[in-house]
Amino acid sequence: MDENTTHHHDHHDMSELSDVEVRVRSLETVLSEKGFIDPLALDAIVEAYETRIGPQNGKRIIARAWTDPEFREALFEDASAAAASFGNISPVGSHLIAVENTPKRHNMVVCTLCSCYPWEVLGLPPSWYKSAPYRSRAVIEPRKVLSEFGVILPETTEVRVWDSTAETRFLVVPMRPDETEGWSESDLEKLVTRNSMVGTGLALSPRDLEADP
Amino acid sequence: MSNSIHDMGGMHGFGAIIEETDEPVFHSKWESRVYAMNRALGPLRLWSIDEGRAAQEALPPAVYLSCSYYQRWLLGLETRVIKHKLATEEELSSGKSLQTVSAPSHIFRPEDAQKLTRGSYDRDPHSEPKFKVGDTIRTINTNTNTHTRLPRYARDKVGVVEALRGFHVYPDSVAIGNGEDPQWLYTVVFDGMTIWGPDSEPGVTLSIEAFEPYLEHL
Repeated sequence: MDENTTHHHDHHDMSELSDVEVRVRSLETVLSEKGFIDPLALDAIVEAYETRIGPQNGKRIIARAWTDPEFREALFEDASAAAASFGNISPVGSHLIAVENTPKRHNMVVCTLCSCYPWEVLGLPPSWYKSAPYRSRAVIEPRKVLSEFGVILPETTEVRVWDSTAETRFLVVPMRPDETEGWSESDLEKLVTRNSMVGTGLALSPRDLEADP
Repeated sequence: MSNSIHDMGGMHGFGAIIEETDEPVFHSKWESRVYAMNRALGPLRLWSIDEGRAAQEALPPAVYLSCSYYQRWLLGLETRVIKHKLATEEELSSGKSLQTVSAPSHIFRPEDAQKLTRGSYDRDPHSEPKFKVGDTIRTINTNTNTHTRLPRYARDKVGVVEALRGFHVYPDSVAIGNGEDPQWLYTVVFDGMTIWGPDSEPGVTLSIEAFEPYLEHL
């Protein structure tokens, strides 16, 4: 399939559908006529990922870990259970693992074989995470990759790359930025970025937030 | 297939990582339908998730690289739909159901999307783990031509067991229809120098999630 054929928009009529759109529509039509899928269920799945299931869930977990020492401990003990304590986060697979960034160690996550990612707390992975450049390079030159994401670490900070190739999914807990003493959880959430929870970014500083709210 | 194009860790030449600004969850409607069809069919247990992964890995390298992510999902899904006789090639190309089949009585319903979760692949252990945290191990040297989670760069390498991660369905077995054959799973950590030699960046460690059959006592 030609990549260029995929950029049509879905509001075109049948005659203008691209090859890939025709194939997807055929597959959906045939499977629903035969009773294997309910198109309304597909709508509901898409809606869930476009609205409820995304990095906003991870941000709440991180902000709480920064403010509540008991929760923090529980998160590193059993991240699936800790995430489940937020009632409205979708049930988390049984093997979510939180890994802690410290001045001594920076963690970053990749799936070299495909696209493993903690869906329940970060939503679906961004394109770069699933791309050949990230999958190939993150393991062999993580410091260079990090620097391209704007993260430059001293050599004394160990870089740990987690190749997430199996049943476990990893959530990076970034370091809490300086000068945020006394901030509320909801203000702290604004400093947490998706990349900081994958390990290709750091949490924003209060100054970053001022510059680009 | 273990030595195929999907096993990208450490390859050179793919260029810069492009980060999109304000990237949408799906770039077009068809992507969202492909994703949702995969999610809705998964719980019907018509096939295993690892069979789906293996189907994508079996794509010829040129096809794999020229397809977008969701195009690969589409190809993998079409292959399984035909293989497991949910529909025929003729039906997919005509876009019409030409014969009835007995569909499962419980399919994925809209309300099921309220509690979307991944399937559970952990099992009750029926053996003791062979390795413990802190053990030095060597990964096996394998070039199997079927699905494995042991990446090429981490084969025949010395590392340390860092954590025990439970007892899970063994993808290498289930992907080829040989049953679940559950195994212990470990986090195994390697020094960057062990994996990449003198070309390693300084101060790098790398971990994989390794099933017990991938490991040998040193």
